[in-house]
Order: sequence, then C-alpha cells, then structure tokens
Amino acid sequence: MHANFIDPFHARDSLLHHVDPRVKLVLAVAFILTTALLPPAAWPGYILVFALILAVAIASALGPFFAIKRAFLVLPFVLAALPVLFTTPGEPWLHVPLGRWALTITAAGLARFASIALKSWLSMQAGILLAASTPFPQLLMAMRALRVPRLLVGVFGLMWRYLFVLADEALRLMRAREARSAALAGAGGSSVLWRAKVTGYMAGSLFLRGYERSERIYDAMLARGYDGEVRTLPLPPMARSDKAALLVGLAIVGSILALEIWVG
Amino acid sequence: MNERIAAVEIVDLSFSYPDGHPALRQVHLTVAPGERVALVGPNGAGKSTLLLQLNGILRGQGHVRIHGLEVAEENIRRIRALVGLVFQDPDDQLFSPTVYEDVAFGPIYMGLPLPEIQERVQRSLAQVGMADYAQRTPHHLSVGEKKRVALATVLSMDATVLALDEPSAGLDPRARGRLIRLLKTLPQTLLVSSHDLHLVEALCPRMVIMQDGRIVADGDSARMLHDEELLARHCLSEDSCE
Ligand SMILES: Nc1ncnc2c1ncn2[C@@H]1O[C@H](COP(=O)(O)OP(=O)(O)O)[C@@H](O)[C@H]1O
Ligand SMILES: [Mg+2]
Repeated sequence: MHANFIDPFHARDSLLHHVDPRVKLVLAVAFILTTALLPPAAWPGYILVFALILAVAIASALGPFFAIKRAFLVLPFVLAALPVLFTTPGEPWLHVPLGRWALTITAAGLARFASIALKSWLSMQAGILLAASTPFPQLLMAMRALRVPRLLVGVFGLMWRYLFVLADEALRLMRAREARSAALAGAGGSSVLWRAKVTGYMAGSLFLRGYERSERIYDAMLARGYDGEVRTLPLPPMARSDKAALLVGLAIVGSILALEIWVG
Repeated sequence: MNERIAAVEIVDLSFSYPDGHPALRQVHLTVAPGERVALVGPNGAGKSTLLLQLNGILRGQGHVRIHGLEVAEENIRRIRALVGLVFQDPDDQLFSPTVYEDVAFGPIYMGLPLPEIQERVQRSLAQVGMADYAQRTPHHLSVGEKKRVALATVLSMDATVLALDEPSAGLDPRARGRLIRLLKTLPQTLLVSSHDLHLVEALCPRMVIMQDGRIVADGDSARMLHDEELLARHCLSEDSCE
C-alpha cells in the first residue's frame, strides 16, 4: 500500500530531465514572471509564450498534452478574477440582468479576464513541467542554490518525506474502515452519523500518529548530532552546458518581455 | 580503546517518563568492547527506554558511561558520535529526502570535511549492500532495504557502540536472515533489543532479560534460550503470562 501517486515526478530520459535543476527552477520562475508581466490582451505575446512552453513540453518527452491537460486544474482559481469582467471600464458588451440590477460586461473586461485565465494556464504549465522533470530532492537543492532560507528548505524536505508516510497511514486506516463497513452494509448500510464518527476518529488518529512520529524523528535527528542548525552538503558544481542553457533561456524569456513592452 | 574499560557501563539507573510512569528501575549493566548483547523482554519492559539512555536522548538518575565517558551535557557531542542508535521504525530513522543525504547526515553534523563525508557514505552503503540506492528516496524502499539503510546511517558515523531497537521487526524470513548475516560481520559492540529469539540465538552470545524496568536475568543466551521455565517466567514463550 503505497501512496506513490502523489509524487509529480515522471522519470524519462529526456533533454529536459537532464538539465540542471537550478537552471530549470530559475527559468521556470523567469517564465512565470514574464508571463505575469505581459500586458492584458497582448495576444501575439501569449502565442509566443505558448510556443515556448510547448517546445519545452516536447523536450520533456512527456507528450505535448501532458502539461496542457493538467494545467486546466488552475481554472477554478481563475474564477477569483471574475469581477474584472464587470469592473473594467469600457464599451458594454453584454448585460446580465440580476433582479432589479443589471451587471454589464465590457469588451475590455472580457479581454482582461481571458488574459488572466490564459496567463495562469500558461504559468501552471511551467510549474507542471518543472515538477514532472525534476525529482523533488533536486528541487530542494535548487532552492538552496537560490538562497531560499535553509530552514524553510529543510521543512519542505521533511514535509515531502512524511507526506508519503502519512498518506500510507491514511490509506491503511481507510482500508480498515472499508473492511468493517462491508459487514455493516448487509445490515442496511452505514449511517451518515457512523461515517462521520469514523472519519473524525481517522483524522484524530492521523493527527496523533503524526505528532508522536514527529517526536521520534526529532529524537532520531538528535541521536545523529542535530543541534538546531540546518546543515547540508555543499552544492554540486554546475556543468558548462547547463550554464549555457541558463543564459540562452534567460535571453529568450527576456526578449519576449522586451518585445512586448516595446510593441505595447 | 583500552580493553579494560567497558564499552557500556550502566550503574544504578532509574528513569520515569514525565507522566510519572517508572520505566527503568535500578538498572546495572556492563558490556565489554566487541561484545554482542541481546535485550529481551515483553512489550513495555523498558528496552527502548534503556537504549535511548545510551546517548542521552533520555536521561535518568544514575550513571551511564560509554568507554568511560559519562553521558552528560558537556560530553554529548562525543557520546553521540560513539553510540549509533537505530530506531525501531526505519521511517523515523530515515528523515531525509534521499538515502545519500540520510547517510551523510551524521558525518555532516560531526563537522567532517566533504571528501571524508563522501568516502564514509559510500563505504557504509556498500557495507550494507545498498550502494546502488544512494539517490533513491527512502519511501521507495522495501522494509528490509530501509532497515539496512538505517544501519548505514550510524555506520557512517563510525560509532563504536551500536544500539539497535528491534532490528528484525517487520522483516520477512529472507530479509531477516540477510540482516543477521550483515550484523554478524560488524566488529562494533552491539546492544540489540528484540523479541526475535532466533535472532538472539544467531547473533548474541549474551542475553539480558528485562521486565517492568528491571534486569531480571543476565547470562549465556545458548543456555537461557533452552531454559523453558525461565522464558515462561518472564513472559517470553507463547502462552506464558496469560
Ligand atoms: N513517551 C512515553 N511517555 C510515557 N510513557 C512511556 C513513553 N514511552 C514508553 N513509555 C512507557 O514506558 C514503559 C517502557 O516502554 P518501552 O521502553 O517502550 O518498552 P519496550 O521497548 O521494552 O517495549 C512502558 O510501560 C511504556 O508504556
Ligand atoms: Mg520498544
């Protein structure tokens, strides 16, 4: 019983998988920043950015639709931007009657909303490709290289390590519950109250186990000399080809941004 | 090390958990360098608690000395380098994102230079037969593999005393046999808590029985393991202490 499915990493022997994680992290952040900075309704810019991320997706050997499909997960969050449809001043495009009031969607508002949705979807793809092509421990190394505070990186590492352990425990508890509820099903099904009780018990039990485990982990760290300071191995050197890839990537992303600002 | 100084010397050690529950009562135990001693006893006897005293994770009244060095705040860094403690659940022991980082953890905190850290990690992983797993994450290993990596995490510290808490718990017979063979190759002083009397017989010439926080018997395992009456009296056979 293993919760391996949580791990976003997909092992492949691709060009993208072989790029230094530091390069990938920097470029992903630069890509997301550039996308965010593109002005609303800069359609040619969006097409350029999309072409770029598509090229990266192809270099990942994960299939061109791998990230495109998964990036739709971002859409529910885009709904938070819904008010811009109505609040952006401009030519009215559609009236939505709401009882005594009517909301007016402007053409500019629509363009703005579509831009936000598109930009979020494009940024999401960069994150997905980064996580799918880089094992998490290497991402942690890249974060350290980018001077993310060590303690924070250490916490991310522990979170990642024990997410799986906790998920395994949750799976075990759920299986035990199913084994028992099957017996009850013959007797008229399990009541909502019973289910609520079991779920509450499960949450409590997971919390308690997590708490006890954290104490044991801390003891295990102390036993090997941990003194409250987070220390790690030095970062490995970066290959010349990776340095070159970083420069080329930054140049491409930077020129898209420059072009947009210049045209817009 | 001076041969006459005990590897582990426990004198009149008592300990209660913060909730007031006495877990160790007047424990005396001396272990010679290179000796392999099994700590046997029913659940709750205090075996794990005793192992946690060896490097000062828990501290009670009385004395614990490792190679003559008192387990006390001023010596704690040296003590922790001398005593390698392996926890029962390898998911507690292996807290790093990769096997390599976990085995390097002890040496990093000992302040060793990088080449020496790398050398020790490689050596320890090879010793437990896990050299090819360095970049794997602990989560993807089998229980037997995790147990061996857990052992490597203290071998890399060059500990001279190894305290292993139920090393064969949760292993299938093949993994258990492999672990026992591996442990037999180690020159270190070994203190092993276990319910697994086969492991005790195969690995430890000496055995100490604990019950209710006390040491109630101490002697030759070959003899004690065949003393049915003794085992039954201390709840170590299948239908004793019902
Ligand atoms: N963290 C704790 N807090 C309070 N009591 C504990 C704790 N850990 C163990 N105990 C108690 O101390 C006694 C000895 O436990 P332990 O050393 O774990 O036994 P063993 O390892 O021999 O099974 C038991 O009665 C147990 O309930
Ligand atoms: Mg125990």
